[in-house]
Amino acid sequence: MNFSEIRNKFGRFTVGIAGAGGLGSNCAAALARIGIGRLIIADFDVVTESNLNRQYYFCDQVGMKKVEALKANLIRINPKTFTEVYEVKLNMTNIPLLFKDCDIIVEAFDLADQKELLISTVLTSMPEKYLVVGLGMAGWGNSNTLSVTESGKLFICGDQVSEISEELPPIAPRVGIVANMQANVVTEIILNKFDK
Amino acid sequence: MIILNNTREDIGTENLTVSGLLKLKNFTFKMLVVRINGNLVKKDEYDHTYIGEGDDVMVLHLISGG
Repeated sequence: MNFSEIRNKFGRFTVGIAGAGGLGSNCAAALARIGIGRLIIADFDVVTESNLNRQYYFCDQVGMKKVEALKANLIRINPKTFTEVYEVKLNMTNIPLLFKDCDIIVEAFDLADQKELLISTVLTSMPEKYLVVGLGMAGWGNSNTLSVTESGKLFICGDQVSEISEELPPIAPRVGIVANMQANVVTEIILNKFDK
Repeated sequence: MIILNNTREDIGTENLTVSGLLKLKNFTFKMLVVRINGNLVKKDEYDHTYIGEGDDVMVLHLISGG
C-alpha cells in the first residue's frame, strides 16, 4: 500500500482521543500527519510550562486550554483532518456520547483512576469499539520493555510497570514512543482490520 | 490451568474467585481492570465471580502516567 492509498483510507476514519496530554497530543499529531479524517478530542486541562517537556504544545501556548491549543497545532499540521474538541471532564455518561462515532478510541489519560474509568466504561458500554490504552512509560531508557499486548479489541501499549513519581518523571522520549506506539496500533487496525 | 495475561498458568480453578486469584498472585494494586474471556468483571463482583478451567483472564494494573 503506498502512502496516497493509506491517506485515502485514513480519510474515512474517526478516532477518539481521551486526554490531550503527553500521550494524546503526540498521538493526535501522528494521526493528523498521515491524514486521519476526523479526531474527537476531550480534555479539561490548561497548558502549563511543566507540560512542555513532553506534550505537543509550544511556549506561547502556556495558559491556553489544551484542546484549543492542540486543535490549532493540528490544523497547522494537516488542515484536512477535521478536529472536534470538547473541554469536558469525561465520565461514565458522556464517554459513550462523545465517542459514539469513533471507529477507535485512544486512552491518553495521565492518572490511573481516569484510565480505569475510561477502560471500564468503554468495555461495558461500547464493547464493539477498538480501544488503545497507554500504560507504563515513566522515566527513560529501557525501550525494549515497551510493547503492545492485544486482547480482543483492547490493545495495551507501554511497559505496564513504570509509574510516574518525583524520581521517575514522564519525559518526552519515552512518552513519545508510547504515544506513537498507540498511533501505530491505530494505523494497523485501520489498515488491517477494516474494509470500508 | 488458566491463561493469565496471555501466559499459561497451572492454577487449580476449584472454587477460584477473582478475589482468590488476585490474592494468590499477590496483585495488591487498587486500580485494576479484570476481564474473563473478554468480559469485564466489575469490582463488586470479584468475590463471587468464579474462574473456570481454561479461562482467559486479563488483569491490568492501572498506573499513572501519560
